Amino acid sequence: MPEKNTEVRKPLPKKIRDLISSTLLTGMTWGILVLFLLPMAFGIVTALKTESQAGKLGAPWYPATEATYEYEGEKYDIYLVPIDGEIKEMALIKSGRQESQFVDPENPEAGLITWEGAWRSLERGWEFDPQWGNFVSAWKTVNFPRLLWNTIKYAGITTIGAVLSSALVAYGFARFSFPGKNIFFMLMLSTVILPGAVTLIPTYFVYLQLGWVGTWLPLMVPAFFSWGTNVFLIRQFIMTIPIDLDEAAMIDGASPLRIFFSIILPQSVPALTAVSLFHFFWAWNDFFNPLIYLTGNPDKYPITVGLTAFNRLYSQQSNLIQASALITAVIPVIIFFFAQRIFMQGVVITGVEK
Amino acid sequence: MTVAEFGKAVKNLKGKRTPLTIKQKREARWGFFFLSPWMIGFLLFYLLPMIASFAFSLTKFNPAVPDETVYIGFTNWIRAIFRDKEVLLSFTRTIHFAAISLPVGLIFALFLAILLNSENVIGKTIYRTLFYMPSMIPLVATVLIWNGVLNEHTGWINILIERFTGIQATGTDGIRWLADPQLVYYAYTMFGLWGVGNAMIIFLAAVQGVPTELYEAAEIDGASWFRRLFSITLPLITPVIFYQLVLGVIGSLQYFLAPFVLNQGTGFPEGKTRFYMVYFYKQSFSFFNMGYGATLAWLMFIVALIITIFLFGTAKYWVYYATEEK
Repeated sequence: MPEKNTEVRKPLPKKIRDLISSTLLTGMTWGILVLFLLPMAFGIVTALKTESQAGKLGAPWYPATEATYEYEGEKYDIYLVPIDGEIKEMALIKSGRQESQFVDPENPEAGLITWEGAWRSLERGWEFDPQWGNFVSAWKTVNFPRLLWNTIKYAGITTIGAVLSSALVAYGFARFSFPGKNIFFMLMLSTVILPGAVTLIPTYFVYLQLGWVGTWLPLMVPAFFSWGTNVFLIRQFIMTIPIDLDEAAMIDGASPLRIFFSIILPQSVPALTAVSLFHFFWAWNDFFNPLIYLTGNPDKYPITVGLTAFNRLYSQQSNLIQASALITAVIPVIIFFFAQRIFMQGVVITGVEK
Repeated sequence: MTVAEFGKAVKNLKGKRTPLTIKQKREARWGFFFLSPWMIGFLLFYLLPMIASFAFSLTKFNPAVPDETVYIGFTNWIRAIFRDKEVLLSFTRTIHFAAISLPVGLIFALFLAILLNSENVIGKTIYRTLFYMPSMIPLVATVLIWNGVLNEHTGWINILIERFTGIQATGTDGIRWLADPQLVYYAYTMFGLWGVGNAMIIFLAAVQGVPTELYEAAEIDGASWFRRLFSITLPLITPVIFYQLVLGVIGSLQYFLAPFVLNQGTGFPEGKTRFYMVYFYKQSFSFFNMGYGATLAWLMFIVALIITIFLFGTAKYWVYYATEEK
């Protein structure tokens, strides 16, 4: 039986312990991150491939095309030829059943090299060849300019409406007392978790009667009547603005409307920015509402519905699908990189304080 | 809004009313003026449609032929609850999927938050940004990218699994993530992970909000890292976990986009992805059975309400509030 190790192990110095755990934890974070973003890399790589690469045996994982070599004015295919104990990339000049003639692209002066064996058993040589043109064809086939314009219109107009109306309502909740305020506030917050389906059918019917189905109106008009999460966020912010400013202005005879526009709005820019970003991305992502109200009007499709329709038609062309998905992703991601601090603070306020 | 605040707000409602002074009346008028966008919106887009939706559920109604609408009492409700097996089936599928995707999503978010809060991870802000980034990608694009990476022939996930474990993962006999009824919910859960951003930074903020004195005291008492996690961090952030859980459950009930983008609501494979919302969409906007659709919507609302009330009921057993009322 082995003796129990009773010797007290000297703890490593704190610096070294910290270094070890830093390395381990940072390494783990890296590992998870790489796995997490792997699909993105796949998307980029696939978007740069030719349509036929996926179906070919022996094709490499990166975007590549079958290599060729120009010899005496003609193009010849490159094969992987086992010769002198190593595998060499050589251009097949003259194919024969038992033996074929090749040229070594690295040393064309050496002339034709005869290789014995069936050339059909050889694998093709590939060369890295990203098809940047896929993005152009996706751009044109999906008609991105129109989809983007529609999406920007939808997101832009509803953002203006949502921010302005939410700011008004938030000011009302933050600075005035009136009977029933608490219950209104509760009601407003509970609309956030109300499943949208429960109001959908009557509103759809009304819009149908008004002739709005197939237009942008059902998507845009409701945005001008404020939105629970946005109101909550702006209200939280307005409550941190010192009330002395309001009071001073009131003594000078300013009306609440005046105070709203000249004091509250300029002071709440961070909250308004966060809300604008939220709403903009929400609209940019919105799929269900455009699907319901715009189906059958491809001219009005925003990016989400347009991309889905494209996927249905071109699902075999995975390179174009990935290219179009990446084009769709790139604008929100770029905006996010520039505005992430404001954006994340907004998420935290609505997520933690409620 | 915490549970405690909620209770307080309800109590305040019962308070005695004293008549308002002229100044208070003026203030109230302005208050209502500023609230008016919300009030009009609430009436037009929430309250009236909800009532109308219930009225519609008592009819046979097709918007293409509104003149043929007939009142049929609770026939739709009886059909939805007792006759139409697809209602219960699609609801069970929704719950089954939520039971996988919600815990995985929340635990992953919490795990990242704790990891990115650690002093020993170098370059935290960059990781935070990069883990958040996929949340910004429109979900349609996310679904298409994942649809590619999970493809059984060309997707990298199966190629990597095959390379590292030797299990045959690629090809028609490989792992068919989106075509195998046993696996499809796990595949959908995976693309849900790209939306981890919001929950992650909310949890991160919550974890950072835990007073450091508590950790210091625990460390002096010799509490291990795990002990501190389970006895300090997690209990103190339960309010935030609770809120994310409620939102997650309500969101799961309305899960629609991924199956619709991938299979147009056919439920492929074997009906497994015909979730409740997909079925609602089919009935209402493919078959235009809008009376029945309104019934399904109301049923979903009732279920969501029951689940929410149930969750709030469990809150007092596991959600910790530092500012609990005496």
